[in-house]
Amino acid sequence: MASTHTGATARLMLSPAVALLLLWMAVPLAMTLWYSLHDYQLLMPRGNDFVGLENYVYFLTDPAFFQSLANTFALLAGVLAITVIGGVGLALLLDRPMHGQGIVRLLVVSPFFVMPTVSALVWKNMFMNPVNGLFAWIAQVFGMRAIDWLAEAPLLSLTLMVAWGWLPFATLILLTALQSLDAEQKEAAEMDGANAFARFIHITLPHLARAIAVVILIQTIFLLSLFAEILVTTNGGPGTQSTNLAYLVYSQTLLRFDVGSASAGGMVAVVLANILAIFLMRLVGKNLER
Amino acid sequence: MASIALKNVSKSFGGREVIASLDLQIERGELVVFVGPSGCGKSTLLRLIAGLEDVSSGQLLIDGRDATQLPPAWRGLSMVFQSYALYPHMSVRDNIAFPLKMARRDKETIERKVTEAARVLNLQDYLDRKPRELSGGQRQRVAIGRAIVREPVAFLFDEPLSNLDAALRVNMRMEIAELHRQLGATTIYVTHDQTEAMTLADRIVVLNAGRVEQIGPPLELYRRPATLFVAGFIGSPRMNLLGGAAASRYGAATIGIRPEHLSLSTSEGRWHGKVSLAEHLGSDTFVHVDVAGLGTIAARAAGDLDVRHGETLWLTPDESCLHRFDAQGRALAA
Repeated sequence: MASTHTGATARLMLSPAVALLLLWMAVPLAMTLWYSLHDYQLLMPRGNDFVGLENYVYFLTDPAFFQSLANTFALLAGVLAITVIGGVGLALLLDRPMHGQGIVRLLVVSPFFVMPTVSALVWKNMFMNPVNGLFAWIAQVFGMRAIDWLAEAPLLSLTLMVAWGWLPFATLILLTALQSLDAEQKEAAEMDGANAFARFIHITLPHLARAIAVVILIQTIFLLSLFAEILVTTNGGPGTQSTNLAYLVYSQTLLRFDVGSASAGGMVAVVLANILAIFLMRLVGKNLER
Repeated sequence: MASIALKNVSKSFGGREVIASLDLQIERGELVVFVGPSGCGKSTLLRLIAGLEDVSSGQLLIDGRDATQLPPAWRGLSMVFQSYALYPHMSVRDNIAFPLKMARRDKETIERKVTEAARVLNLQDYLDRKPRELSGGQRQRVAIGRAIVREPVAFLFDEPLSNLDAALRVNMRMEIAELHRQLGATTIYVTHDQTEAMTLADRIVVLNAGRVEQIGPPLELYRRPATLFVAGFIGSPRMNLLGGAAASRYGAATIGIRPEHLSLSTSEGRWHGKVSLAEHLGSDTFVHVDVAGLGTIAARAAGDLDVRHGETLWLTPDESCLHRFDAQGRALAA
């Protein structure tokens, strides 16, 4: 059969890429798993004994773990909410014909090209700084006390910074989706007596569902491993108030030099990410079927 | 059901006039077809009536009331779009029910009307499908269903059959004619296909470059075209249009003669030439004859006429059926 033949050839041709990918992913994963079962501390160069699940017990009972878990999801939910809702709003605005459309769209997209470390430092020093920051100046103009954003609301501050960086991405994806909406459908709905709000709910939003699912999926992948912004602004603090899972793993390895429990943390993060991924793939899969 | 009147309606896009000032009165229950080549402004005119475009000047009256500034939904019109514009994420049932939901009708009324529309349009078995699972003809019917449940004062059709294949087009044309008879609703139908216009219309409005060329019942347009453009546009195959000496003989700049008003002979006649093409349709034969100095002339003959490419034929026009036009393309009185 020709089709079996081509199938076999196709598999053969694909195998180098698949093998490389497998190696690339499987080896680090296996090593992490291996370290997570051993007592491996960089500060105590004794033999690395097999300790079973002790590292996991240590990591999961660490009070910082639950806080970091909650922080991870709070950051994710906050950024997704801002970018999806804000992105839909901005896309609707940018979809309208106006003067200087090209320039405006370019400006809207530009935050996405600023490096996370740079944007976080700009936010930290130029906006949220309680002495020199723009927000402090605005508060003073109105005679209010300047807020020390990163100390008083570290998680909210981080959410704002990260959302600022990801909003252009969401806007861009949603804008292209919006532009593919058939104009006759909108006109038909208009003639059917739907007002602007009803048209948005019944026509535009269902049309955007797929794009929104894609935005949520891609952003979740990146936001679960959010790290740079935390490192350069709050360092996970005050205390562990803005520590997420990725940052906790980092602090275990490179601040406490405990490779074993950091690996255990890494494995926990992998499991959590996969649980989330299953739900997300269902969501996207349902939307892509249409 | 309503009458629709356009008074001095014109439309410009950024200084470019696409509809020159026009007057039109559409009576209750009438089926009026706007026909013309692409870009003639027929769809724009329909969209002006629908309210999807604003008129630049003039007045639109629906049942005698000024509707010029009314938003589309308040005009009580239903429109069937060229692309059908079905809502892809809704089932057929929800598509048809959408205008009723927007009008906040109660559930029972919606259910009853949707069922009734589905029965009229033979869509009962498809109510729970999505538009993408339907054939072109079925989608067309859903679009019509969505239009009729609102019980509009008039229907607007924007080239509704142009996305269907030829056989289905003839079928749907008959269905639309039948539906119009059943509902008796005022209908405006836009098409570029003169056959659709001839078969469906009570009255045809022929548009060319934003101007009305002629308004009248199909056969009147066929028999007495007011302009050269109408003469060439209405009728298939086209009327033969001849200029030069052949025309000045009759005191006109151009004369027109329809293919069925030419008699053929193998021995004598006014003009003669070689047959360049003979189309045998069975019931008729259309013969295209290359006449020296006049160009190719099409003539209709009986279906059993046996002519072949290259034979010489003589043609004689029936002078009582000759159309004469002046240099501006206006018809001259017989």
